[in-house]
Amino acid sequence: MNDFTPISALIGGAIIGLAASLLLLTHGKVAGISGIYGGVLRRGTSDRSFRLWFLAGLVVAGAVLKLVYPAAFATSWSATLPVALVAGLIVGFGTQLGNGCTSGHGVCGISRLSMRSLVATGAFMTAGFVTVFVVRHVIGGGR
Amino acid sequence: MKRKAAALGTGALFAVGLAISGMTRPSKVTGFLDLTGAWDASLAFVMMGAIAVHFVAYRVIMRRPAPLFDAKFHVPTRKDIDPRLVLGATLFGVGWALGGFCPGPGLVSAAGGSLGAVVFVAGMTIGMFLEQALARATARAKQQQQHEAVQTTT
Repeated sequence: MNDFTPISALIGGAIIGLAASLLLLTHGKVAGISGIYGGVLRRGTSDRSFRLWFLAGLVVAGAVLKLVYPAAFATSWSATLPVALVAGLIVGFGTQLGNGCTSGHGVCGISRLSMRSLVATGAFMTAGFVTVFVVRHVIGGGR
Repeated sequence: MKRKAAALGTGALFAVGLAISGMTRPSKVTGFLDLTGAWDASLAFVMMGAIAVHFVAYRVIMRRPAPLFDAKFHVPTRKDIDPRLVLGATLFGVGWALGGFCPGPGLVSAAGGSLGAVVFVAGMTIGMFLEQALARATARAKQQQQHEAVQTTT
């Protein structure tokens, strides 16, 4: 096994769950990042203020984390920039079409036992496993 | 003021959770998705931790008549499994695996100055615009069609 970190994963996951719960308690909203971000781009969104402040929290924390906890961004693999652009395009299109991502479907939806979210999570996990298999072991020869 | 502070605070806390959990490190994401390689199961633990907390908290919070700073809860109620859901989620999974980022960690890492994440977020923004524009065009075409159908029957 490679770089297995179950304790920090559980703690970080619990904090994600706590943040999602606090957002539900204060604003009654689902902490789905693709939904919150996508709504800012959409015309005629009524609750733009809440969305912008939540996203500002993400961004400010990201910048502060880079200073106080740079290891959070340490990675032994990165996509090349053209691949990152294509990946972003597909993620943007897919999350709007499917109404959610890892947070909205994977965390919030599964916690509600939403059938849509269970199906979506199964679909994106399967697609992720297959994609990495193809890229690393079929095309890349196990790099 | 309270509303804005709560949104800002929960956004920041969410980012801290992502950072501690390893979701902002693309190699952790692809390591998890690489079932037949040197599999790193950590991300399954992120999901377990997040769902364990939110599963319980959701049930407690939803007993309230309303959230603290809003008149009502805004929780999705749809139950239908449509092709859009499955196709959209599948596309998302492909992009997630190719880039090593999902939307939240992409935004946090872009703010942390990762060039790859900045490019990813730029692509994601364009992708969202495209889907929204396509959805609007499809809705308009459908409306037009219905309008014409009504006109030919009368």
